This record gives sequence, C-alpha cells and structure tokens, in this order.
Amino acid sequence: MSDRNAHYVAPVDETQPGAVDQVKLSARKSNMWLDAWRDLRKRPLFYVALTLSVIFLVMALFPSWFTDADPNFAQLSDSNGPAEPGHPLGFNRQGYDVWSHIVYGAKTSLTVGLLTVLITGVIGVPMGAIAGYYGGWVDSLLSRIGDIFFSIPYFLAAVVVMSVLNDYRNPLVISFAIGGFAWASLARIVRAEVLRNKNLEYVMASEAVGRSRGSTLLKHVLPNSMGPVIVALTLSLGAAITAEATLSVLGIGLSGYISWGKDIAQAQQTLRTDPAVLFWPSLALTLTVLAFTFLGELIRDALDPKARARR
Amino acid sequence: MTLYVVKRLLQAIPVFFGTTFIIYFMVFSMPGDPILAMFGDRTPNPAVVEALREQYNLDQPFIVQYFIYIKDFLTGNLGATFSGQSVNEVFARAFPVTLKLVTIAVVAEFILAVGFGLLSGLRKGKFADHASLLLALVLNSIPPFVALFIAQYFIGIKLGWAPVTVGANATWGALLLPGVTIALTIYVVGMRLMRGSVIEAREGDYVRTAYAKGLTSKRVTPVHVARNSLIPVITNTAASFGALIAGTTVTEGIFNIPGIGKVLYDAIIRGEIPTVVSFVTILTVMYIIVNILVDLLYAVLDPRIRYV
Repeated sequence: MSDRNAHYVAPVDETQPGAVDQVKLSARKSNMWLDAWRDLRKRPLFYVALTLSVIFLVMALFPSWFTDADPNFAQLSDSNGPAEPGHPLGFNRQGYDVWSHIVYGAKTSLTVGLLTVLITGVIGVPMGAIAGYYGGWVDSLLSRIGDIFFSIPYFLAAVVVMSVLNDYRNPLVISFAIGGFAWASLARIVRAEVLRNKNLEYVMASEAVGRSRGSTLLKHVLPNSMGPVIVALTLSLGAAITAEATLSVLGIGLSGYISWGKDIAQAQQTLRTDPAVLFWPSLALTLTVLAFTFLGELIRDALDPKARARR
Repeated sequence: MTLYVVKRLLQAIPVFFGTTFIIYFMVFSMPGDPILAMFGDRTPNPAVVEALREQYNLDQPFIVQYFIYIKDFLTGNLGATFSGQSVNEVFARAFPVTLKLVTIAVVAEFILAVGFGLLSGLRKGKFADHASLLLALVLNSIPPFVALFIAQYFIGIKLGWAPVTVGANATWGALLLPGVTIALTIYVVGMRLMRGSVIEAREGDYVRTAYAKGLTSKRVTPVHVARNSLIPVITNTAASFGALIAGTTVTEGIFNIPGIGKVLYDAIIRGEIPTVVSFVTILTVMYIIVNILVDLLYAVLDPRIRYV
C-alpha cells in the first residue's frame, strides 16, 4: 500500500464526557485575595511598607518600649538642647524630649487616621452600595447628597468644624471633621463597583435560588466589590494623618495631645537656628504616610490581574 | 453640546445650595455660641454681643438666617472682616495673588506629569519607568507643609536661591519656589494618566501605520503618541486647579503670600469664625465652578462625553 491511498483520519476525541467539567482536586486553592497575597509576597517594597507600618503601630500601642523619657516633662534649661544619653534627638524649644514626642505622637496620628478611616467607611460604603444596588430614585437621592459633600473640599470643611468646635479638640471630633466629608469620594467608588457587579450572573443566580435582594447585596455583591474599597481606605489613612497634622499646623488641631503636626508648627519658629527639631517629626510623619500610601498602591496593583500580567 | 452645558449647569444649582447650607449649618448649629467664641477667653461687652447677634441675624429663625446669608452672598455682599474691611475688597486684592501662585503650580504640574509620564510610558517596565514612578509616589507621600518647610529651609535659607518668604510684593519669581514645591507633591496622578495613555497609544494601529509609512520615532513620539495622550492629563490638571485654589491655606501661610489662603490662614489663627466661613464658602463655590468648567472642557476635548 502506498501512502497515496492513506486517508487522513482525525483522532478520536479522547476526552471522556464529563471530564471537561471535572474539578482538579489537587489544584492550588485560589481566589482574588489569595492571588493578590501571592503577588504581594514577591514584592520587596511590600515588606518595606509593612515593616514601617508595623513599627509605627507597635510604637502607638507600646510607646514605653521605645523611650524612657517622659514626653510631658519639659525643662526650659534644655531648650533646643543637643542630644544626650537617653535623649537621642535632643530637645525642642520648650525643652521637651524630641524623640519621646515622636514616639508618643505615633499614637495620636494613628488613632486619628484609623478613626477617620472607620468613619469614612461606615458612611461611604452603605451610601455607595445602596445607591448602586437599588438604583432609581434611591440612587438619585443618595448620589445628589454625595455630590454635595464631594463639592466641599474636605480639608476646608474640617477647618470650619475645628474652628467652631474650639473647645472640643479631641481625636474623635477631628476624625468626624475629616471623615464626615471624605466619605463622598469613597461612596462614588463603591457605587461604581456595585454597578459593575450587580448585573453579573452570580447575582441573578443568588436571587434565583431565593435569596433576598438585601441579603444578596451583603453576601455576594459587597464582598466582590471590596478590592477598590480596601485600596481607597488604605490610601485615605495616609491622607487623614496628613490632614490632622495640617490642622495642627494651623493651630486648630488637637489640644492636650502630643501631635507631630503641633511639634512641627512650633519648630517652625526655630527653623533657621535649629532645623533638626523640625526635621525629625516631619520625617516620622512622612514615613508613616509613605508606608500607608505604598501599602495601598501595592494592594491595588496586586488586586488587578491586568496590572499583574503587565509586569 | 448646548444641552450638555445646560444639564451640567442645572446640576450645579442643588450642589450650590447644598454646600452653602451645610457650611452654614455646621457653624450655627454646633455646640457653643459662635458670637462668644469670637471673643476667645475674654469677657465681651453685652452691648457688642447684641449688636453682633443682630448683624449676623442670629435673632431670626435658622432657615431665615440661611436665606439672608444666601441673598447676601448672591448679591455680592460678603460682609466685613474683623478689621472692618469688606470681604469683597479683601477678596479683590488677594485673589490675583492666589491665581498667580496656582497658575505656577498648575503649569509645573503639567510639565512634570507630561515629561515623566512620557519617559515612564516609553520605557515601560524598564529602570527609568520604575524609578520615576517610585520618585513621584515618594514625593506624593510628603505632606505639603513638610515639603514647603524643606524647600524653604534648603532652597531659601541654606542656598539662598529664592526668597524665604514672599511678603507684600508677590512677583512671579518669588512665587516660583512655593508653586513648584506644591506641584512636586501632586504630579503623580497626572503622570500615571500620561503613562497609561502613552502605553495604550503605542499599541494603537495609527502608531503602527505611522511607523509603517516610514516615519521615525523622532516624529511619531511627539506628534502621534504624545499628542493623543494629552487629553486625560489636561483635564486632570484643570481639575487640580480647583483643588489647589481651595488648598492654598497652608502654602500661603508658610510663605507669607498675601493671597486668599493667607487671609483664611490669619482668620483661622485669630479665630475669626465669620471670616473663615465667608472665605471657605467663596473657595468652595470657586471649586464647584472650576469643576463645571473642567467637565465642559472634557466635553469639548472628547466628543463621546457629550452624548452620555
């Protein structure tokens, strides 16, 4: 037989019926968060940002681990004094120990930052989620309210609140002053995410099997919309800490608390003669904001499969 | 287009009333007496308190007070500062200075965003890309007032290249240092938009066509890639104009620049609440107007927006 007479015969499809849908049980477990975590673990910058955040967090929780000096003790004879044993960064104009003020200031900054983020999230997430999911007049109403808050720059709003509430300058009030207006941009993000998710098949499936609309929103739509929310909240942590410090520089920040912003504002008076007193709290503030900004950016990158593929 | 303009303007009306109402409500419904707060720890003369109460219509019901305030605002009667000058006059004197400062910041931001964005996009994934993105993010993490103090110390005091404070005579040259410093802390957003659209444009068919017909990258990069990538950067820069005007308080306070931010800064430091409210309202309304203009600019540059 010559090859000329041989006909090409397509091989029989060896895939058994049902094998197509078979789940490989040995496969690595994976979901959006696990993928993101696997990606994050590979990035050196993530460890830098994480280490910095953890250091400042531990500093806020256990300040006495970092310094023996009393941050509330001041002696005018130490005014702008140089470093000495036990006081590695010297003294500021009032004679307070600079390093102990940095250590104890971490608590103030992080408290205000976290409280603000909490308030932003507690208002912003439901506003955005309800507007996006229910649509119609509910959306119009909530979105218009959001537009109004969005149109007042949140820092200016905080300036007004803190000027008026002269006698109530504690972390809770300042967090409400910032978060009470910063939620509007978060609500926009949540709304857009929920809109993107709500017409997908899993939502239809959830309602088809009898889950109520509200329950579907909470159980399925919101968890799937959380990626950008986590990113926005991490980034807003840095922004809130900056806002608190800026209010303190303007003299309408906290009163009775040790704050980096307040120390920086006071050090401004001796900028020419003793710039180091201004430099150290500024560095602490910048490193804290930097840590949270990078965490937010890296999480954003890690959660985005397209960005992962592009690298 | 006309329909779009009308729609956008109509949308701004509830926002205007909403924002002014919230600002007004915040001030006059908070615990404590706003009039007594004006005096700080001093005990005021009861006659003065009465006169002030009448001046700010505090003897009227809340909603009446609000509408009197709106009527005054819309008819251009913005009240007076504590030193007796009318807010209109102060505004007219201070606004050109702020406009100068913000113009410098916006131009510098645009140049930085386009320059680094183009570099980053063209060298995607290479060292220059990572380095410039990292630099922009680090600069963005420095709180603006810290950046301003650093610039003031190193460039103003140590090197003596620029005046340490600006003072009454706010020339373009004197405003250069604070303007560029602010631009350095915000250009990352525009840079990323530029980078993203450069990367997208380089994969576009029209760029391949341009190379295919024999053009070199010397011509393709500026004419085909860069020009088509500018739209998002332009609108972002325009949007930051509004935010910058609203955010000049600290900049002008630190560099002693006699603009609107400085007026607000002084009023905050002295606790002059009515002046703070007047200027916050003015700045907020300007922010709203700039945002409308940005949306219209967007519609002009990108025809797809108009039909949504």
